[in-house]
Amino acid sequence: MDGLRVGGYRRGVGHRLDTRLVGWRRTLRVMTERFVTRGFVGRPRPDGEGTAGDARSRTPPGQYLTTDFPVLSAGPTPRTPLDRWSFFIEGLVREPMTWTWDEFTALPARDWTVDISCVTKWTKLDMRWRGVSVDTLFEAVELLPTAAFAIASSDGGYTTNLPISDILNGQAFVAWEYDGKPLAPEHGGPARLVVPGRYFWKSAKWVRGIRLLDRDVPGFWEGLGYHNRGDQWLEERYSGD
Amino acid sequence: MADDTTVDPVEGQVLDGNAVGGLLATAFGAEMTEVPGECAHCGTVSMVGELRAYVRAPGTVLRCPACSGVVLRVVETPNATLIDVRGAAYLRFERR
Repeated sequence: MDGLRVGGYRRGVGHRLDTRLVGWRRTLRVMTERFVTRGFVGRPRPDGEGTAGDARSRTPPGQYLTTDFPVLSAGPTPRTPLDRWSFFIEGLVREPMTWTWDEFTALPARDWTVDISCVTKWTKLDMRWRGVSVDTLFEAVELLPTAAFAIASSDGGYTTNLPISDILNGQAFVAWEYDGKPLAPEHGGPARLVVPGRYFWKSAKWVRGIRLLDRDVPGFWEGLGYHNRGDQWLEERYSGD
Repeated sequence: MADDTTVDPVEGQVLDGNAVGGLLATAFGAEMTEVPGECAHCGTVSMVGELRAYVRAPGTVLRCPACSGVVLRVVETPNATLIDVRGAAYLRFERR
Protein backbone atom coordinates (compact mmCIF):
# COMPACT_ATOMS: atom_id res chain seq x y z
CA MET A 1 0.00 0.00 0.00
CA ASP A 2 1.32 3.37 -0.97
CA GLY A 3 3.05 5.28 1.74
CA LEU A 4 2.86 2.73 4.55
CA ARG A 5 5.86 2.01 6.67
CA VAL A 6 6.54 -0.61 9.26
CA GLY A 7 7.54 0.19 12.78
CA GLY A 8 7.23 2.99 15.21
CA TYR A 9 4.88 1.56 17.77
CA ARG A 10 5.65 1.93 21.40
CA ARG A 11 6.01 -1.07 23.61
CA GLY A 12 3.81 -0.44 26.56
CA VAL A 13 0.68 -1.61 28.22
CA GLY A 14 -0.99 -2.18 24.90
CA HIS A 15 1.69 -4.56 23.76
CA ARG A 16 1.49 -6.65 26.91
CA LEU A 17 -2.25 -6.85 26.46
CA ASP A 18 -1.77 -8.06 22.90
CA THR A 19 0.37 -10.91 24.11
CA ARG A 20 -2.24 -11.88 26.64
CA LEU A 21 -4.95 -11.75 24.03
CA VAL A 22 -3.65 -14.80 22.19
CA GLY A 23 -6.69 -16.70 23.37
CA TRP A 24 -8.83 -13.64 23.00
CA ARG A 25 -12.10 -15.35 22.24
CA ARG A 26 -11.93 -17.28 25.47
CA THR A 27 -11.06 -14.26 27.55
CA LEU A 28 -13.34 -11.84 25.74
CA ARG A 29 -16.27 -12.10 28.09
CA VAL A 30 -14.15 -11.92 31.21
CA MET A 31 -12.37 -8.84 29.96
CA THR A 32 -15.46 -7.05 28.76
CA GLU A 33 -16.38 -5.99 32.24
CA ARG A 34 -12.85 -4.90 33.10
CA PHE A 35 -11.95 -2.77 30.11
CA VAL A 36 -14.11 0.25 30.55
CA THR A 37 -12.53 3.26 28.94
CA ARG A 38 -13.26 6.58 30.55
CA GLY A 39 -15.79 8.66 28.66
CA PHE A 40 -17.02 5.56 26.94
CA VAL A 41 -20.02 3.68 25.80
CA GLY A 42 -23.46 3.88 27.33
CA ARG A 43 -22.33 3.49 30.88
CA PRO A 44 -24.83 4.57 33.47
CA ARG A 45 -24.32 8.03 34.89
CA PRO A 46 -26.69 8.02 37.84
CA ASP A 47 -25.59 11.36 39.23
CA GLY A 48 -24.57 14.52 37.56
CA GLU A 49 -25.68 13.71 34.06
CA GLY A 50 -26.14 16.89 32.10
CA THR A 51 -24.66 19.13 34.74
CA ALA A 52 -21.75 21.47 34.14
CA GLY A 53 -19.53 19.44 36.44
CA ASP A 54 -20.36 16.25 34.61
CA ALA A 55 -19.56 17.85 31.24
CA ARG A 56 -16.24 19.13 32.61
CA SER A 57 -15.22 15.75 33.97
CA ARG A 58 -16.00 14.19 30.60
CA THR A 59 -13.91 16.70 28.63
CA PRO A 60 -10.33 15.49 28.10
CA PRO A 61 -7.43 17.88 28.79
CA GLY A 62 -6.90 20.61 26.22
CA GLN A 63 -10.33 20.12 24.65
CA TYR A 64 -13.36 22.42 24.39
CA LEU A 65 -16.98 21.31 24.23
CA THR A 66 -19.01 21.81 21.11
CA THR A 67 -22.61 21.02 20.28
CA ASP A 68 -22.30 20.99 16.50
CA PHE A 69 -20.64 18.22 14.51
CA PRO A 70 -17.63 19.72 12.70
CA VAL A 71 -16.76 18.24 9.32
CA LEU A 72 -13.06 17.56 8.85
CA SER A 73 -11.85 16.03 5.65
CA ALA A 74 -8.52 15.26 4.02
CA GLY A 75 -10.01 14.80 0.58
CA PRO A 76 -13.08 14.71 -1.61
CA THR A 77 -16.10 12.91 -0.18
CA PRO A 78 -16.34 9.41 -1.68
CA ARG A 79 -19.82 8.31 -2.73
CA THR A 80 -19.83 4.57 -3.20
CA PRO A 81 -23.32 3.31 -4.15
CA LEU A 82 -24.62 0.82 -1.61
CA ASP A 83 -24.96 -1.90 -4.25
CA ARG A 84 -21.22 -1.65 -4.85
CA TRP A 85 -20.26 -1.25 -1.19
CA SER A 86 -18.72 -4.13 0.73
CA PHE A 87 -16.79 -4.61 3.96
CA PHE A 88 -13.84 -6.96 4.35
CA ILE A 89 -11.83 -8.43 7.17
CA GLU A 90 -8.63 -10.04 6.00
CA GLY A 91 -5.06 -10.78 7.01
CA LEU A 92 -4.33 -12.91 10.07
CA VAL A 93 -7.76 -14.51 10.34
CA ARG A 94 -8.92 -18.10 9.92
CA GLU A 95 -11.61 -17.17 7.40
CA PRO A 96 -11.46 -13.83 5.56
CA MET A 97 -14.94 -12.37 5.09
CA THR A 98 -16.60 -9.89 2.79
CA TRP A 99 -20.09 -8.61 3.54
CA THR A 100 -22.40 -6.81 1.14
CA TRP A 101 -24.29 -3.76 2.45
CA ASP A 102 -27.41 -5.82 3.09
CA GLU A 103 -25.44 -8.55 4.85
CA PHE A 104 -23.47 -6.07 6.90
CA THR A 105 -26.44 -4.08 8.13
CA ALA A 106 -28.22 -7.35 9.00
CA LEU A 107 -25.49 -8.17 11.53
CA PRO A 108 -26.47 -7.79 15.19
CA ALA A 109 -26.43 -4.02 15.72
CA ARG A 110 -26.95 -1.86 18.75
CA ASP A 111 -27.19 1.77 19.72
CA TRP A 112 -24.09 3.47 21.11
CA THR A 113 -24.00 6.78 22.98
CA VAL A 114 -20.42 7.97 23.21
CA ASP A 115 -18.29 11.06 23.78
CA ILE A 116 -16.01 11.97 20.89
CA SER A 117 -12.80 14.03 20.98
CA CYS A 118 -11.03 15.31 17.86
CA VAL A 119 -7.33 16.13 17.92
CA THR A 120 -8.28 19.59 16.59
CA LYS A 121 -9.56 20.09 20.15
CA TRP A 122 -13.33 19.78 19.96
CA THR A 123 -15.21 17.33 22.14
CA LYS A 124 -18.84 16.43 21.64
CA LEU A 125 -20.75 14.54 24.32
CA ASP A 126 -23.46 11.91 23.97
CA MET A 127 -23.19 11.26 20.26
CA ARG A 128 -25.77 8.65 19.28
CA TRP A 129 -24.80 6.03 16.71
CA ARG A 130 -26.09 2.68 15.52
CA GLY A 131 -23.82 -0.04 14.25
CA VAL A 132 -22.10 -3.34 14.77
CA SER A 133 -19.38 -4.05 17.32
CA VAL A 134 -15.92 -4.89 15.98
CA ASP A 135 -16.13 -7.92 18.32
CA THR A 136 -19.02 -9.27 16.26
CA LEU A 137 -17.01 -8.83 13.05
CA PHE A 138 -13.98 -10.57 14.55
CA GLU A 139 -16.09 -13.48 15.79
CA ALA A 140 -17.13 -14.12 12.20
CA VAL A 141 -13.56 -14.44 10.92
CA GLU A 142 -11.73 -15.84 13.98
CA LEU A 143 -8.48 -14.02 14.57
CA LEU A 144 -5.29 -16.06 14.42
CA PRO A 145 -3.15 -15.97 17.58
CA THR A 146 -0.57 -13.85 15.74
CA ALA A 147 -3.07 -11.06 14.99
CA ALA A 148 -2.01 -8.11 17.15
CA PHE A 149 -2.64 -4.98 15.06
CA ALA A 150 -5.40 -3.74 12.82
CA ILE A 151 -5.29 -1.30 9.96
CA ALA A 152 -8.59 0.11 8.78
CA SER A 153 -8.85 1.33 5.21
CA SER A 154 -11.37 3.57 3.55
CA ASP A 155 -12.65 4.71 0.20
CA GLY A 156 -10.36 7.52 -0.91
CA GLY A 157 -7.23 5.79 0.43
CA TYR A 158 -7.34 6.82 4.10
CA THR A 159 -5.89 4.39 6.64
CA THR A 160 -5.52 4.29 10.41
CA ASN A 161 -3.80 1.77 12.67
CA LEU A 162 -4.85 0.40 16.03
CA PRO A 163 -3.64 -2.41 18.26
CA ILE A 164 -6.46 -4.92 18.57
CA SER A 165 -6.44 -4.34 22.32
CA ASP A 166 -7.81 -0.85 21.53
CA ILE A 167 -10.79 -2.12 19.54
CA LEU A 168 -11.87 -5.36 21.26
CA ASN A 169 -14.37 -5.73 24.08
CA GLY A 170 -16.89 -3.15 23.01
CA GLN A 171 -14.35 -0.40 22.42
CA ALA A 172 -15.06 0.06 18.70
CA PHE A 173 -17.89 -0.32 16.24
CA VAL A 174 -18.77 0.31 12.62
CA ALA A 175 -21.70 2.75 12.44
CA TRP A 176 -24.14 3.40 9.62
CA GLU A 177 -26.57 5.63 11.52
CA TYR A 178 -25.99 8.83 13.43
CA ASP A 179 -28.69 10.53 15.52
CA GLY A 180 -31.36 8.20 14.14
CA LYS A 181 -30.59 8.85 10.48
CA PRO A 182 -28.36 7.22 7.86
CA LEU A 183 -24.80 8.46 8.39
CA ALA A 184 -24.26 11.44 6.05
CA PRO A 185 -21.43 11.18 3.49
CA GLU A 186 -19.56 14.16 4.95
CA HIS A 187 -19.51 12.39 8.32
CA GLY A 188 -18.21 9.16 6.82
CA GLY A 189 -21.32 7.45 5.51
CA PRO A 190 -22.31 4.97 4.41
CA ALA A 191 -20.27 3.47 7.25
CA ARG A 192 -17.64 4.74 9.64
CA LEU A 193 -15.38 3.06 12.16
CA VAL A 194 -15.91 4.64 15.59
CA VAL A 195 -13.31 4.29 18.35
CA PRO A 196 -14.50 6.64 21.12
CA GLY A 197 -11.49 6.00 23.37
CA ARG A 198 -9.08 7.53 20.86
CA TYR A 199 -8.85 10.85 19.00
CA PHE A 200 -11.37 10.94 16.19
CA TRP A 201 -8.84 10.52 13.34
CA LYS A 202 -8.78 6.85 14.41
CA SER A 203 -12.52 6.67 13.60
CA ALA A 204 -12.02 6.17 9.88
CA LYS A 205 -14.72 7.69 7.68
CA TRP A 206 -15.94 5.67 4.65
CA VAL A 207 -14.35 2.55 6.13
CA ARG A 208 -14.37 -0.48 3.84
CA GLY A 209 -12.40 -3.03 5.77
CA ILE A 210 -9.91 -4.06 8.41
CA ARG A 211 -6.69 -5.98 7.88
CA LEU A 212 -5.18 -7.89 10.81
CA LEU A 213 -1.39 -7.91 11.08
CA ASP A 214 1.31 -9.19 13.40
CA ARG A 215 3.15 -5.84 13.22
CA ASP A 216 2.14 -2.21 13.52
CA VAL A 217 1.91 -0.16 10.33
CA PRO A 218 1.32 3.59 10.78
CA GLY A 219 -1.76 4.99 9.05
CA PHE A 220 -2.34 8.24 7.13
CA TRP A 221 -1.79 10.65 10.03
CA GLU A 222 0.19 8.35 12.34
CA GLY A 223 2.89 8.27 9.64
CA LEU A 224 3.24 12.06 9.55
CA GLY A 225 3.75 13.36 13.04
CA TYR A 226 0.57 12.31 14.81
CA HIS A 227 0.71 9.99 17.78
CA ASN A 228 0.58 6.27 17.11
CA ARG A 229 -1.98 5.56 19.84
CA GLY A 230 -3.91 8.83 20.25
CA ASP A 231 -5.43 8.47 23.73
CA GLN A 232 -7.24 11.77 24.32
CA TRP A 233 -7.12 11.38 28.13
CA LEU A 234 -3.31 11.31 27.94
CA GLU A 235 -3.24 14.07 25.28
CA GLU A 236 -1.38 11.82 22.88
CA ARG A 237 -1.61 14.23 19.95
CA TYR A 238 1.83 14.15 18.33
CA SER A 239 4.74 11.76 18.20
CA GLY A 240 8.16 12.94 19.22
CA ASP A 241 7.02 16.22 20.77
CA MET B 1 -28.85 9.26 -5.50
CA ALA B 2 -30.49 12.03 -3.52
CA ASP B 3 -27.16 12.88 -1.99
CA ASP B 4 -25.79 14.04 -5.33
CA THR B 5 -28.13 17.00 -5.32
CA THR B 6 -27.28 18.15 -1.80
CA VAL B 7 -24.48 20.56 -1.06
CA ASP B 8 -21.30 18.85 0.05
CA PRO B 9 -19.95 20.91 2.97
CA VAL B 10 -16.46 19.58 2.31
CA GLU B 11 -16.29 21.04 -1.21
CA GLY B 12 -17.05 24.47 0.20
CA GLN B 13 -14.01 24.17 2.47
CA VAL B 14 -11.51 23.33 -0.26
CA LEU B 15 -8.95 26.05 -0.95
CA ASP B 16 -6.01 26.14 -3.32
CA GLY B 17 -2.33 25.78 -2.58
CA ASN B 18 -1.90 29.54 -2.15
CA ALA B 19 -3.72 29.17 1.16
CA VAL B 20 -0.67 27.41 2.62
CA GLY B 21 1.90 29.45 0.67
CA GLY B 22 3.31 31.06 3.80
CA LEU B 23 3.59 27.78 5.65
CA LEU B 24 5.36 26.12 2.71
CA ALA B 25 7.66 29.10 2.17
CA THR B 26 8.79 28.90 5.79
CA ALA B 27 9.36 25.16 5.64
CA PHE B 28 11.14 25.06 2.26
CA GLY B 29 12.92 28.38 2.60
CA ALA B 30 11.58 29.42 -0.80
CA GLU B 31 8.42 30.81 -2.32
CA MET B 32 6.52 27.67 -3.35
CA THR B 33 3.22 28.63 -4.92
CA GLU B 34 4.67 29.07 -8.42
CA VAL B 35 6.86 25.98 -8.21
CA PRO B 36 5.69 23.33 -10.68
CA GLY B 37 5.46 19.74 -9.50
CA GLU B 38 4.47 16.51 -11.17
CA CYS B 39 1.75 14.38 -9.60
CA ALA B 40 3.28 10.97 -8.91
CA HIS B 41 -0.08 9.33 -9.50
CA CYS B 42 -1.19 10.68 -12.90
CA GLY B 43 1.73 12.74 -14.23
CA THR B 44 -0.14 16.04 -14.35
CA VAL B 45 2.15 19.03 -13.75
CA SER B 46 0.62 21.75 -11.55
CA MET B 47 2.03 24.68 -9.69
CA VAL B 48 1.86 24.16 -5.93
CA GLY B 49 -0.56 27.09 -5.76
CA GLU B 50 -2.91 25.24 -8.11
CA LEU B 51 -3.19 22.14 -5.95
CA ARG B 52 -6.45 21.60 -4.09
CA ALA B 53 -5.88 22.26 -0.39
CA TYR B 54 -7.88 20.39 2.24
CA VAL B 55 -7.13 22.42 5.34
CA ARG B 56 -9.97 21.34 7.66
CA ALA B 57 -8.15 18.25 8.85
CA PRO B 58 -5.42 17.29 11.34
CA GLY B 59 -2.95 18.43 8.67
CA THR B 60 -3.12 20.07 5.25
CA VAL B 61 -3.52 17.75 2.28
CA LEU B 62 -2.67 19.14 -1.17
CA ARG B 63 -4.22 17.13 -3.98
CA CYS B 64 -3.77 17.02 -7.74
CA PRO B 65 -6.49 19.03 -9.49
CA ALA B 66 -6.67 16.38 -12.23
CA CYS B 67 -6.79 13.07 -10.33
CA SER B 68 -7.31 14.10 -6.67
CA GLY B 69 -4.26 12.06 -5.67
CA VAL B 70 -2.28 13.30 -2.67
CA VAL B 71 0.72 15.35 -3.87
CA LEU B 72 1.89 16.99 -0.61
CA ARG B 73 0.88 16.64 3.03
CA VAL B 74 1.86 19.09 5.75
CA VAL B 75 1.54 18.59 9.51
CA GLU B 76 2.58 21.21 12.03
CA THR B 77 3.35 19.84 15.47
CA PRO B 78 4.29 22.16 18.34
CA ASN B 79 7.98 21.70 17.52
CA ALA B 80 8.24 20.81 13.85
CA THR B 81 6.71 20.94 10.40
CA LEU B 82 6.51 17.58 8.62
CA ILE B 83 6.05 17.48 4.85
CA ASP B 84 5.33 14.30 2.94
CA VAL B 85 6.45 14.71 -0.68
CA ARG B 86 5.90 11.12 -1.85
CA GLY B 87 3.02 12.17 -4.06
CA ALA B 88 5.25 14.54 -6.05
CA ALA B 89 7.44 12.94 -8.73
CA TYR B 90 9.45 16.17 -8.71
CA LEU B 91 9.31 19.84 -7.76
CA ARG B 92 11.07 22.23 -10.16
CA PHE B 93 12.99 25.20 -8.71
CA GLU B 94 14.42 27.68 -11.24
CA ARG B 95 17.98 28.88 -10.54
CA ARG B 96 18.23 32.60 -10.85
